[in-house]
Amino acid sequence: MMDGMPVPKIGLEIHQQLATGKLFCSCPSDLEDGFSGTVERRLRATTGEGGKIDRSAAEEQKKERTFIYQIAPNSSCLVELDEEPPHGMNWEALRTTLTFAAMIEATPVDEIHTMRKIVIDGSNTSGFQRTSVIAFGGHIDTESGSSIPVETVCLEEDAARKIEERGNTVVYRLDRLGIPLIEIATAPEIKSGKEAMEVAKRIGTLLRSTRKVKRGLGTIREDVNISIPGGARIEIKGVQELRLIEEYVNMEVKRQRHLLKIRDELKKRRAAPPEIESVRDLTRIFESSESKVIKSALRKKGVVLSLPLQGFAGLLGGEKGIRLGSELAGRVRAFGIKGLFHSDELPAYGITDEDVLAVKRSLSIGERDAFVLIAEEENRARKGMEAVALRAVEALKGIPSETRDPLSDGTSRYSRPISGGSRMYPETDIPPVVVSDSMMKEIEAGIPELPEEIEKRLISMYSLAPQMAHQMVSEGLDEDFETIAKTYGMPSIVARIYLNYLPEIRRDASREGKKFPEDYIFIRNSIASVLQALSDGKFSKEAVPNVVKEVITGSKTVEGAIDAMGLSAVGTDELHEVIEKVVIERIDFVKERGMGAVGPLMGVVMKELRGRADGKIISERLKEAISAAIK
Amino acid sequence: MTDKDYAEEPQAGDRIRITDRHGRTFEGILMPHHAFSGSGIVVVKMDSGYNIGVRPAPDSEIEILERGNAAPSSQTGDSDIVTDGNLPIISIVSTGGTIASFVDYKTGAVHPAMTADDFVRAVPELSARFNVRTRVPFSILSEDMTPARWIELAEIVAEELNAGASGVIIPHGTDTMGYTAAALSFLLPELPGPVILVGSQRSSDRPSSDATMNLLAAVRLTRTDLAEVVIAMHGTISDRIVAVHRGTKARKMHTSRRDAFKSINSPVIAEVEGKEVKFLSEYRKRANTPARVQGGLEENVRLIYSYPGLTADTFSKMVEGARGVVIAGTGLGHVSSSLIGELGKLRENGVPVVMTSQCINGTVNMNVYSTGRNIMKAGVIPAGDMLPETALVKLMWVLSQTSDMSEAREMMLTPVAGELSGRRVE
Repeated sequence: MMDGMPVPKIGLEIHQQLATGKLFCSCPSDLEDGFSGTVERRLRATTGEGGKIDRSAAEEQKKERTFIYQIAPNSSCLVELDEEPPHGMNWEALRTTLTFAAMIEATPVDEIHTMRKIVIDGSNTSGFQRTSVIAFGGHIDTESGSSIPVETVCLEEDAARKIEERGNTVVYRLDRLGIPLIEIATAPEIKSGKEAMEVAKRIGTLLRSTRKVKRGLGTIREDVNISIPGGARIEIKGVQELRLIEEYVNMEVKRQRHLLKIRDELKKRRAAPPEIESVRDLTRIFESSESKVIKSALRKKGVVLSLPLQGFAGLLGGEKGIRLGSELAGRVRAFGIKGLFHSDELPAYGITDEDVLAVKRSLSIGERDAFVLIAEEENRARKGMEAVALRAVEALKGIPSETRDPLSDGTSRYSRPISGGSRMYPETDIPPVVVSDSMMKEIEAGIPELPEEIEKRLISMYSLAPQMAHQMVSEGLDEDFETIAKTYGMPSIVARIYLNYLPEIRRDASREGKKFPEDYIFIRNSIASVLQALSDGKFSKEAVPNVVKEVITGSKTVEGAIDAMGLSAVGTDELHEVIEKVVIERIDFVKERGMGAVGPLMGVVMKELRGRADGKIISERLKEAISAAIK
Repeated sequence: MTDKDYAEEPQAGDRIRITDRHGRTFEGILMPHHAFSGSGIVVVKMDSGYNIGVRPAPDSEIEILERGNAAPSSQTGDSDIVTDGNLPIISIVSTGGTIASFVDYKTGAVHPAMTADDFVRAVPELSARFNVRTRVPFSILSEDMTPARWIELAEIVAEELNAGASGVIIPHGTDTMGYTAAALSFLLPELPGPVILVGSQRSSDRPSSDATMNLLAAVRLTRTDLAEVVIAMHGTISDRIVAVHRGTKARKMHTSRRDAFKSINSPVIAEVEGKEVKFLSEYRKRANTPARVQGGLEENVRLIYSYPGLTADTFSKMVEGARGVVIAGTGLGHVSSSLIGELGKLRENGVPVVMTSQCINGTVNMNVYSTGRNIMKAGVIPAGDMLPETALVKLMWVLSQTSDMSEAREMMLTPVAGELSGRRVE
């Protein structure tokens, strides 16, 4: 953080899938590629206390949506279909959660009660998500020495997997529904993006050391809550890529500061709150416009509406990710409106200087004023303008509290207003579970190896350098490393593959526009097959980086990679020939340097053989050839 | 304990503060004790909405911060919602069960629906097009249903139809809904309009409840010319089709699925999809006759499930003092040949014995095997493809009207309410 800047308050909510069976039935927690049939359902908002229907639920119901559920034949049953009451809580999942709680020194509740949290977007067939508080308190200690308090550790069921949305129909697959999730909520006491990243990383490492969590993309999801003094709580929901947390936080802090600056500037300019009554239909100005968006809207009998924003000139544009113009556009995205322009970005997109002048004249606005245009079907355009006006009014007050979607470039965009307290009521089908002292004693006795202990063991058992051991554990590669090193030996090669070659291959892939398969099981199996071939002497260790690359991103088998690269280990004759040739071609150099030529010529021979022979053997043969040549 | 002491005891719904044995302090709403909660555990709903079980620190007091409202007690009674005198009248005669239960989101306690208002709230579509009259003679879980209540129900249904209701909808627990449907079918042999039993397999407090769709389908049926006792429940596990089953032919065939009810040994009468009612087989149509209750129910009738190892001795104890016996026999309608003597004794004592099959699907036929023939010789009445439960109810109804063995036999063999079908295609 920059000096003298107020410190942001950041809280993390981490959701980690467990690698146990499902939480409330006897299905395995596996995702499936296919489905065996579908079921069609609707959800209705139910009345709560005082006969009131929850507002967000009512909003959802207005959409009158139909939900199609794809039945995953191996990993869903009548429970996921909401056709059978839930079974008792999965003991292994609960045990893992209690173990994690003990690891961070959180204190469990005396008795666990499962709740139903109303969610009617269809992601749960029942219309609610089952969730329970398991423990309170505890702390996460980071590498930099800070200790962030944890508020709660919960155990809940994951939602169904959204496959597609077609109009008013949403298709979900039931395989993910019911997979146990540990939810860890920290206090909002994290102070920087870097610290958020460290906390998330530490939580991930601790979770993995239970050896009961799922790994791979989508198995851990983070919600990041950020506010700066004078700002509001913003929730960036569903971050899947841990390495981007720091960027999201920094970008969000920047965005909030920018919005506060805009507010102050608007105050200084005595800007008036925009009013929906001042929206004008300016279609006539654009009747012969060359703008693609406007042309297409008008062709569909749409209109061009304009809203003046007094005092907003120059405040709508700016750096990508923080500009106010994007916030206005974000509010109309929900209405399916793409054609929104603001005056700070004009003339552009086929809208000319004359158009801009004509709009300003029609709205009778001055130098310091801005305007927004929406080209759409009239009804939708009006609704969109209302949303824009509302957001512009909020700009005068500061930062609206909202939920935002994380984007892959480290920025985020508006998703929906932050939800109020969720409505919860008891899940009467699941009996409460007493957490007894004897149970906790047993769990505390069974706390798995902590990350630090794993590092020490990697150093002593596999002679890894401390830095390597640390990297292996903090990046969550230790389990895979050990699996392979135990079977094939060669720990230093395995470590190099994981810590050096794979990151290079990933970088190359992104540079070459190739897909890097982020699937740790595929990668582990690939590396195992490479090492099997290596120990069978099918190629030499110098070729390992290339073979691994071909297998991981070139979609080849190990044999295929060896063949394609002409790597089949060379025979003694061929080796002899190559060495002879190299020595004869450089006979003057050899005579001049004597045995000192071995080093430089090694490189030449290796290049010719491209890893098809072991360096040690080449070196021996080369020495023989040179000593014969200089005799 | 004085009244004052009682008033100071914390009660469910109160906002309290409590310190647990770890020294942590919690604030929230005191919840009713869960039946399976550990002893000494206090359940608190925190401001986050979560409930937790707290074991208080020894000698610590629960501090009451604010008194809550006492939960409403369940009651029965009648109520009307009249929106427009010209709209058709629907009568809802609620008996309780999952479909008529509403959860108190604050405490999680389940309350029965009590008034027309409760139903209209659950199905707002009702009040726009109908005048709704609600009667709640009792509110019970369907496992607590009794023959006496069937008679009470039949009388109310007749009254409602005769008072101008275009149809009567009976929300009912699903466990014994098939029995009630059969009883009403026999007790109300003539009907001017439909009597629709409707249940739900997912309670109304869930957004995924099947109650609304089943209720709406029942409402649609009151606008047709159907005049039978039927059960309307989901036809599949999707929210698409509601199947309409004949009251004497419907059976709950699954413990939990939405489409638990099936028509056995006969086709469904109709399917309701959206606003459309599609009739699929023959049904009794509205006639200009008033509804009337015929006969009563002899409660002293037993339903015996036969099994290998059931001895004559045990069987005779099971049927001791009975006025009628229905057996769910094996296969085509058999019991161990060792029981045949007991069957003969029952006939001698003037106790009719009716044979059904525990196969459920298909008809009994006691001519095929010698055991069957011997059972017939002992005077047992074959119930054809009647469900064991329907046969039980019918025998109760028959024995309320005659104690003559041959008359009872004749009545059991004569179809009254579609309970016997001549042909089966499945």
